[in-house]
Amino acid sequence: MSAATPERSETSSGRNDVEAVPRLVLVARRFRRQPLAQLGLVVVVVLFALAYLSPYFTTWQYNQLDTAAFLSPPTLKHWFGTTQNGFDMFALTMRGMQKSLVIGLLGALISTGLAAVVGAFAGYFGGWLNAVLVGVIDLLLVLPAFLIIAILSPAFQGHTWLIFVLLLAAFQWMITARIVRGLTLSLKEREFVQAARFMGVSGPRIIFRHILPNMASLLIIDATVNVSSLILAEVGLSFFGFGVQPPDVSLGTLIGGAAGAALTFPWQFYFPAGFLVALVLSINVIGDGLRDAFDPNAGSAESS
Amino acid sequence: MARFLVRRFAYLLVLVVVSTSVAYFLAATQLNPRSRYEGRNPPPPAAVVDATLDALNMNDKTPLVQRFSRWVRGVVHGDFGRTIDNTSVNEEFGRRVFVSLRLLLIGSLFGTLLGVAAGAYGAVHQYRVSDRVLTIFSFVTLSIPVVVLAVLFKNAGIGLNNLLGFTGEVKLLYTTGEITPGLDSWSWAGIVNRLSHLVLPSLVLAAVAIAYYGRYQRNAMLDVLGSDFLRTARAKGLRRSRALIKHGLRTALIPMATFFAYEFALLFVGATFTEKIFGWHGMGEYFVDSVTKNDVNSVAAVTLFVAVLVLAAGFLADLTYALLDPRVRV
Repeated sequence: MSAATPERSETSSGRNDVEAVPRLVLVARRFRRQPLAQLGLVVVVVLFALAYLSPYFTTWQYNQLDTAAFLSPPTLKHWFGTTQNGFDMFALTMRGMQKSLVIGLLGALISTGLAAVVGAFAGYFGGWLNAVLVGVIDLLLVLPAFLIIAILSPAFQGHTWLIFVLLLAAFQWMITARIVRGLTLSLKEREFVQAARFMGVSGPRIIFRHILPNMASLLIIDATVNVSSLILAEVGLSFFGFGVQPPDVSLGTLIGGAAGAALTFPWQFYFPAGFLVALVLSINVIGDGLRDAFDPNAGSAESS
Repeated sequence: MARFLVRRFAYLLVLVVVSTSVAYFLAATQLNPRSRYEGRNPPPPAAVVDATLDALNMNDKTPLVQRFSRWVRGVVHGDFGRTIDNTSVNEEFGRRVFVSLRLLLIGSLFGTLLGVAAGAYGAVHQYRVSDRVLTIFSFVTLSIPVVVLAVLFKNAGIGLNNLLGFTGEVKLLYTTGEITPGLDSWSWAGIVNRLSHLVLPSLVLAAVAIAYYGRYQRNAMLDVLGSDFLRTARAKGLRRSRALIKHGLRTALIPMATFFAYEFALLFVGATFTEKIFGWHGMGEYFVDSVTKNDVNSVAAVTLFVAVLVLAAGFLADLTYALLDPRVRV
């Protein structure tokens, strides 16, 4: 309550202005009150910057051999040591983090988008479309995702890793789609949707303009959570060689390749694993902070 | 009611049939059992390879539909075909399911109970040190991939062995397999040996379960704590602890029933990563190996098994929910 007061007096005259604070501003304000979530955001941004910018500043690139240093422990020359073939672990870890970040972000975007569209269309239109889409959701929930992606992994060997991201996302969206469908069923009966419909607004337009924006909070939180679960899924699959394929590098392939050597050459395992955990943990903390910030029943929401 | 149940059952059956068929077709078209013989030196004669693959019903020269119909005919009669090592898939299942059960039962049970207890305790003592510790533990554990967690525990176990001087054949904590070969399972030494094989993988499973259930139970309990009926229970003179357990925890456990139902069913599916890293030959390992070995029949059978279990778990969850929550009417 107190945190909002200074802004209130700044904006202008009366107390009634508070009602006019846009929702996103309110959410951002609530998010800013959570030190842990903010720390998570800072860590993710720093890791992102590190992953993409560090290759421009380091001497060793991820695909560059140092024939003078095989299996070297961390030194000033190779901060995170080197691999059996003399690759620089720092460069590899950064390269791997790039891929893990892209997989997580892109996959989450696809998966949440798919969940929103499928769930809303199934709920809004009902009938045979609903029956078909619910059938697809149920079928994908029953199929063991790990096994199916593993079977298909030879198919995307030598192809772009984008296929892998699509597959990961394809097995991630179903539960959210069910929730979206449920929410759509109740939103459909609300006055503002009815009004739009009687004014002749088309179904798809109602879905994108009126229904989905009404569950923006759910979708944003879902996307955040999906980023971390997709990064974890990638690690699990790549551990067995079913995920990202060489010559591409991800945190999963690095961890998988070094798991057996974790005792003898710990730097090969603990650096990528440490970065992975830091990344996933930060994203999870952000997700939790967003959930509190969006939750209208959260304690700090009393301010308005 | 009966009509509804019949329709529901038919729908589930269709789901199982479709998912298994999808898995079979994907496996039969994408996996290459022939590659197993191609790398051999000297190369076996083509006719021998074909005959072997024919016997296994995995010959890619036979039309896919023909292979599939032969497989289905077997399944309908309860025979899931041969694995690529020419053993019976049925026998493989029979053995591996129990390996997985032996591995998962203790760890999951302890983890679930501790998780529920810790979550409920954390909710009652919200924002105190104990609650914060649980929250941090949950967050960190759920952010570590199980593969990494298992490797960490395994290496910690090896480190402890070395530290305490168990460098020979006999270890304090074993990191591979479920029993030292040659030991009699039912002798005293055998049981101790089994237990010391179980410690590390069970710790991994329990850690994940505590983190997971602790988090959910805490939320479920928090929802209940502010409720009117709990205040009434206190107002009518119940002691705090009694009111919390009898009216609070019991109510907060109802939404958890769904999770327990799924957990129970998935005990039989095994734990892929933990089994692989600790060298247990259970269902989880079968999952991975069936793909790496290009074992088409096993992949299809595993999919069928998982599909049935997941749907059974869903049914079980609905049933327990209806039994526990008086507001749900069947």
